Amino acid sequence: MLEITGLSAWYGEAQALREVSLRASPGEVVTLVGRNGAGKSTLLRCLMGLHAQMTGSVRLGERDLGPLGPVRRVHAGLGYVPDDRGIYSSLSVEEHLLLPPRLGQSAWTLERVYDAFPALRARRQQTASKLSGGEQQMLAIARVLRMGARVLLLDEPTEGLAPILVQQIARLLVDAKADALTILLVEQNLRFATSVADRHYLLGQGEIVTTLANDEVKAREHELRQHLGI
Amino acid sequence: MDFLAIQLFNGLVNGAFYALLSLGLAVIFGMMRIVNFAHGAFYMLGAFVAYVLLQQAGIGFWPSLVIAPLAIALAGMVLERLLIRRIAGVDPLFGFLLTFGLSLLIQDAMRLRFGLQGQPYATPAELAGAVSLGAVTYPTYRLFVIAFSLAVSLAVWYAIERTRLGMVVRAATERAELTRALGVDVDRWTTPVFGFGLGLAALAGVLAAPMRNVSPLMGSELIILTFAVVVIGGMGSIKGAIAAGFLVGVLSSVGAIFDPAIEGIVAFALMAVLLLVRPSGLFGSLETS
Repeated sequence: MLEITGLSAWYGEAQALREVSLRASPGEVVTLVGRNGAGKSTLLRCLMGLHAQMTGSVRLGERDLGPLGPVRRVHAGLGYVPDDRGIYSSLSVEEHLLLPPRLGQSAWTLERVYDAFPALRARRQQTASKLSGGEQQMLAIARVLRMGARVLLLDEPTEGLAPILVQQIARLLVDAKADALTILLVEQNLRFATSVADRHYLLGQGEIVTTLANDEVKAREHELRQHLGI
Repeated sequence: MDFLAIQLFNGLVNGAFYALLSLGLAVIFGMMRIVNFAHGAFYMLGAFVAYVLLQQAGIGFWPSLVIAPLAIALAGMVLERLLIRRIAGVDPLFGFLLTFGLSLLIQDAMRLRFGLQGQPYATPAELAGAVSLGAVTYPTYRLFVIAFSLAVSLAVWYAIERTRLGMVVRAATERAELTRALGVDVDRWTTPVFGFGLGLAALAGVLAAPMRNVSPLMGSELIILTFAVVVIGGMGSIKGAIAAGFLVGVLSSVGAIFDPAIEGIVAFALMAVLLLVRPSGLFGSLETS
């Protein structure tokens, strides 16, 4: 279980997160919903050990991730898909899949990745920056699955994607959930969020405002949209 | 015509040195975001290692071509561990100061020991003389320098493009933090990469010894031009370093046919123009930050 307790973060003097606590279990999809600037991406960066100005605790199962740098957090099982998709212009599609370490039994084979993402197979030797936005997003997700991450931290995977691709990502996450992965999803697309998630944390100005079950979000969609400004 | 051909070859010889030096600068900058101002000093040290090996131990050019780069690479790795590593991630200005200070220290230490006057170094017997290439004859050793540098450059390029370590170097050059967040221990590779870059500089130094006098200032004369080459090729770009190295060498020498003064300004004129129209350089993909 991923367990975050009392996490606060700053950019210089400005506080970006205040005492955020949340948890997500294996086989569970939890979203983090909030306006731009609410601190969602910062939270994921804190979890990856990429943001130094923070306090509070991050645990994965029995393990305290606090003292670990990003590399060892990945080895502990975290798989990060950053909001800009993290695509390299100097690496081919296949090199993106081969770059990260493989973590034990849960790591996917290249065959399995290409079976799940046929578009990537056709372009395996191409420069990844030539892929479409949707394909790049697929590649970013495929990369952490290939690695065998047990916890997926996804920063707005559906942003700017066509509805058919959003559905494809939704199916992927449902499969990953069935594989007992833990998924923490930053999302503004409520329809997508409710189609895959179990619970939702509403983040406002760096604080968890409320926690909502899936049907509550559906019932209060209009009100939440206003809150999110979308 | 003959004169043009000779100048073309001279350009390739100069380019051979620019390419080796800027290649080392490019991998170091890519991996560590440090502009190594001491690069010329290590080029000079490479030449002096060859010179001292010959004077003190009778070890000739060919063994030196291997020993000197290895020795300098090793020294570089120690230096990276002791000093360079400490300024990783801070303002790049500290990197300038540290490496510039190092180059002054190394230069003056060598000056104290060997004096300013250049020391001659004999061309290896196997490569003495000249080769007739149709209309022109050209020194064998210089042709060797062109071929050898080209071979080394292409080997480095191949390694960067095709090996796993090369892939890590490319990824870290482009986005170091992301690469760490994907579980790749970038920092483990900075020491060997720094050593490797300095090794290339030392290799160029050994190659230079039979052509130019071995002197404490030989590096500082070359390094400023090499920085222009790196900018022209694109900061951190391997392809760019090689291509720009030979390009600047040839254009400078051919330009000298029209007026000797042109030779000295070609690189900087090219750099200025490129900075205006294409600031990331010929092959640069890095965003200017």
